[in-house]
Parts: sequence; C-alpha cells; structure tokens
Amino acid sequence: MTERQRLVEAVRNTLFEEMARDDSVVVYGQDVGRNGGVFRATQGLIDEYPNRVYDAPVAEAGIVGLGVGLGTYGFTPVPEIEFSGFMHQAFHQIQQHVARLRSRTRGELNCPMTIRAPYGGGIRALEHHSESFEAGYAHTPGLKVVVPSTPADAKGLLTSSIRDPDPVVFFEPTRLYRAFREEVPEGDYTVPLGEADVVREGEDVTVVAWGAMRHRAFDAAESVDASVEVVDPRSIVPFDTETVLESVRKTGRCVVVHEAPKTGGMAAEITARINDRALYYLEAPVQRVTGYDVPYPLFAREDEYVPDESRIRRGIERSLSG
Amino acid sequence: MPRETAYELSIDYVQVLEPDGSVDAELEPDLSEDDLLEMYWTMRRSRRLDERAIALQRRGELGTYAPAIGQEAAQAGSAHALADEDWMVTSFRETPAYLARGTPPQMLLWYAMGMEEGSATTRESRNMPPSIPVGSQALHGAGLGWAQEIAGEDAASLVYFGDGATSEGDVYEATNLAGVFDAHTVFLCQNNQYAISVPRTKQTRAETLAQKAAAAGIEGVQVDGNDVLGTYAVVRDALESARAGDPVFVEALTYRRSLHTTSDDPSVYRHEEEEDEWETRDPVVRFETYLRERGVLDDDRIVDVQESIEEELREEIQAANEGRESVDAEEMFDYAFETPIPELERQRTEFRDAASEGENR
Ligand SMILES: Cc1ncc(C[n+]2csc(CCOP(=O)(O)OP(=O)(O)O)c2C)c(N)n1
Repeated sequence: MTERQRLVEAVRNTLFEEMARDDSVVVYGQDVGRNGGVFRATQGLIDEYPNRVYDAPVAEAGIVGLGVGLGTYGFTPVPEIEFSGFMHQAFHQIQQHVARLRSRTRGELNCPMTIRAPYGGGIRALEHHSESFEAGYAHTPGLKVVVPSTPADAKGLLTSSIRDPDPVVFFEPTRLYRAFREEVPEGDYTVPLGEADVVREGEDVTVVAWGAMRHRAFDAAESVDASVEVVDPRSIVPFDTETVLESVRKTGRCVVVHEAPKTGGMAAEITARINDRALYYLEAPVQRVTGYDVPYPLFAREDEYVPDESRIRRGIERSLSG
Repeated sequence: MPRETAYELSIDYVQVLEPDGSVDAELEPDLSEDDLLEMYWTMRRSRRLDERAIALQRRGELGTYAPAIGQEAAQAGSAHALADEDWMVTSFRETPAYLARGTPPQMLLWYAMGMEEGSATTRESRNMPPSIPVGSQALHGAGLGWAQEIAGEDAASLVYFGDGATSEGDVYEATNLAGVFDAHTVFLCQNNQYAISVPRTKQTRAETLAQKAAAAGIEGVQVDGNDVLGTYAVVRDALESARAGDPVFVEALTYRRSLHTTSDDPSVYRHEEEEDEWETRDPVVRFETYLRERGVLDDDRIVDVQESIEEELREEIQAANEGRESVDAEEMFDYAFETPIPELERQRTEFRDAASEGENR
C-alpha cells in the first residue's frame, strides 16, 4: 500500500509510527508541541503522546546536550532544531560529546539520537536559515548525516535513523517540504543508510546531487543533449562511494552539485574519492557546481547564489567537453 | 538541617504611567515637550510601519517580518534614553528602536526585502545590525560595554533581546562577563510573554527574568514595558550606572500583540481573552491619553502626526522599491573580505560567465 504525501507529511507520519512502535522515542524542541513545529512536522504529536513530546526553551546546546543524557539513560531522543542554522549553537555538544560517546566509553555507552533540522535555501528565509553545513557534520567522526530528497526517502531514511544505535543528523530540505506529493509506502518501510539511489540512468556523465539539488540536477539532465546518470547518495555519512565509483567507471565523467560553498564542501571529498579509486577511468576532470565562498546572501541574491538548472547544465557541458 | 540566609534577593518593579494614562508625579521623568513628542512620533511611526510591512509581506513584496506591535513603549522609551555616543545592539524585532536612532524606514524595508543594503551600518551611527540568532548578540553588547570600560569612555551599550533569549547560554555568559569586566552594558530583555509559541512560564521556572541578573552579580530590575515613561526612566538610570562600570539587566514586561513573524499563526497557541486584556494596556493609547492630559497633544496635532507619517512611509516604500530594482547580485563577492582573494575572484568570473549565459538564453 502507498499513499501520496508531501515530504513534511512523510516526516510527520514517520514520527507518529516510530513513537507508536517504540515507547523509548522522545520528541522535543522549540515549538514542536502545541504549535506542531514551525513547519508543522510534529503537528498533533503532543496530543497523541503528551508524555513523550515536549516544547523546549530556546536553547540548542541544551536541547542536544540533554539528548546525551536521555540517550545514555535508555531513551531514543529525536530532538528538532528549528533551523539547522542554529545547530551551530549546539555544535560543541555534537562534536565534543554526541559524536564521541561511543569511542570514549569503548562502546559501553552510546547516543541513539536523531537530530532533525530543516536545511538549505530556496524559501526566501531570514539570515542563517538557508545554509547547508553538511560538510561540517561529515567532518565530525562518529556522526551519521542524512539528507532525504523525496517523501518516500524521508520516511525510509528517518525510520532507519531513529532505529540506528548511533547519532544521526537528519537534514530536511526546507524547499522540498511542500514542493510535491509522491507515493510513500505504508507500514514498516526503511531505506538503509549508505545506499545511494540511481535516480536516472545514463552513459555519458554522472551527476551526484542531494537534497533540493537532486531535483535540479534531474531537470538539467533532462535538458542536455547527452545521456546523464543522476545519483542521489541519500546519506552523506555513510556515503555510498561504491555506487558513485561504479557509475563514474561507466561514464568516465562526473559533476558534483551542492548548495554549500565550494571550499571544503562535500564535492571536494567526493572528487578525492574518485581520484583515489577511479582516476584512470576519468575522461575529464570532475566538475563542481556549488554555492560560492561568500556568506549565504539574504534572499534578494540567493537565486544567484544557489546552483540553478543552467549552472548545472553548464557543469555537465564542461565535463562533456573536457 | 538549620540554615542561615546566605543571600537575599528581591526585584524592584517600576511603573510611572498607569494603563488609564494617569501618572505618578513623583516618578515622572523631566522631559521636554519636544522629547515627549519625539517618543510619541517614534511609537506611532513604528506601529504604522509594522502594519504596512505586514500588508506588503502579504502581497509578496517583503520576506518574513517580525512586527513590534505592542512593544513600542519598551523600545521607544529605552532607545530615547540613549545618547549619540552610546551603542545599540539589537535583535530582530527592533523597529521602534532603530527609528528612534534615526535609521530610515527604507533601510528596514530593504532588510525585509532580503537585501544586505538594509543592515548596512557605520561605526559613527553606533548601531549594530540585527541579530537573527536568538540571544547571540548579548555577548556583543557585553563586548562593546567592556571596550568602553577599557577605553575609559563615558558611554554605554544597550542590548535588546527577548524572554526566550534568556534560555540561551550566550545570554548567561554575557551577563556574567559584563559583571566580571565592569562592562558599560545595559541588557534590555523585552519580556513579550512568548518565544514563538512557547510562553514565558515554559521558558524558565524563575518568577522573574530580572532575577537572572543576580546570578551574575549585577543589578536586575523590572519595569512596565508598556509604560514609555517608566521604561525611559529605568533605562536612563541603568545607562548611568553602566557608564560607571556597573552593568544592569532590565526586564521590560510587555506583550507581543501581533504575530511572532509573518509566518506565524498565534491562534494555535494564544487565547483571545489574553489578547483582549493586553489590548487595554496598549502602550501607544496609554501614552496618547497622557499627552492629551498634559496638553501636548490634541485631535489636530494627532491628525498632523498621522498625516506626516503616512506621507513619509509612502516615500520610503517607494524609495525602497526603487532601490530593490537595482540590486546587483555580484556585490555578494565584494564584502566577504576587504581584499579579494584569488579563489574568490575565480568564482566571481565564473559567476559572471553564468550570468551572461543566462542572459543569452
Ligand atoms: C539561536 C536561535 N534559535 C532559534 C531561532 C528561531 N527563533 C526565532 S525567534 C524565536 C523565539 C525568540 O523568542 P524571544 O527571545 O522571546 O524573542 P521574541 O521573538 O519574542 O521577540 C526562535 C526560537 C533563532 N532565530 N535563533
């Protein structure tokens, strides 16, 4: 059975299902209770589970730090950070404690926390509401980093994340929350973390993209005069290197697209992995189509900042002519 | 176990102007007619700008906007207590405070149009740009106040934040550090009762927010934030104290009468009775009643003020719209560093190429 849902509805329904399945799941965060979350991702949850859904004060370090305690005790904390731009306020807890608890205790203690946060640009939001800092979290060993790009994946990946014994940062692309509806499998449905989705098969060039960029990459692929393979990794950590390499060995060309700034972004890491293990299959240098190395502009300039279809197409053409 | 008192704490509350517009003559600050009118003008301008901004947002001309409707007295009273050489450090709801400090409405509109042009400021103006992260700016206010102490300057810094912000670690650190370093800082917490949907009672178990100052060893005081004279007087005294190296934490009790922002629906979490009750304590109406009684305002003057505000806003909105037409996206490369770095210049070239390709299609 399937049901057509938007991404935000898939997230909400998954939270309902996981709270029903496992009474250790505790959902909390700013405005997640009565208000149902600023994007309505937790709407109604507090009525069903009044003792496991909590409004939290405006205190991100506290929200994540409390999760270490809850998780250690035996709960499964699923905190929401209202916007991922304010996860920096909790970054020290994530980097210094959440991600290291297992290592520091030689596997005795763990933190099965799934930190959910809206992510990325495209909704004309305020300053700090649009950045995508996935590379910073990927650079934090001990954390998993997941970015769904479709309603069905949102359900499958969120379910896997909540059930995962390790901490997961789950970034929900704000631009996609209400962008479209799609069939979402009912009942127990998981998508394993670390398995890429080959969204579109092709022979000439591989495009790797996630979040809102996956859809732009798809549109660009449709509009060029070449056979383009589009791969959505679905999780940044673990990253499905094998699928990307397999694709690049077939096409000999690769374009990596992300919204985040170029320097130190995930595209650099993916390019390095291709160089490590598929260099001699390459017929052109790997192309990066990314945000620029400037602070994410306020929204009057964001359309020019975030890669659009034409910039992605240009990247594909550069790769093909290389 | 028998105990002795180690420390006793009480928090003062100040109100000068009653909700009916009557005044406690003993506490009434000595303000000239011009000062009073200026404060009134700030409050009225801000109210109208907020109303216009909400309407413009609804028509898709502005992005998310946070109105200060209901909080005009807390901000106009406090900002009018600032001297030119004092610094002002704001959060994201400080329209009345910016207007009081001479920022043209056009700038505030530009900011709401998603243009950095609107948050541009200068060292001379001594206004910091708005801080969107909740509470992080409190540390900047403490830092400016510390700088004033080191420099031996007879000036102070006033930092604005909300009740929700007091839950953030940065605000605790800021008050504590200000105390340690004798910073010339006044912390102005506008307790408007809500942090988006979360009421003050779920933000802290503390009876007052002003008492949070006690843990930092600095003075905390509450004032009726819908009373512009009371807020003015309390903040004026607090700034005096701060200039001498004793920071103060002021909790202004007020109410956010409108939406949290234009993306918010308060009917989900707020009751009409509560809203009606606060309507009777509206800061603008209260001040107007007082000014009429003092003979500073009458019907004619009120109409004059309203007309001049409408005209000003018409011009400012038009100027903002014209400015928006000429936004140059490439300017985003101009301000990341003072001197361009090679990689960024390479990216600028790439940007130009992409832009010209876009034009050619
Ligand atoms: C660090 C941070 N966390 C969360 C948010 C999202 N947010 C915006 S306003 C707000 C509530 C702030 O409440 P309060 O401090 O009382 O100020 P008010 O909006 O009521 O003026 C929240 C949680 C944010 N902007 N910054």
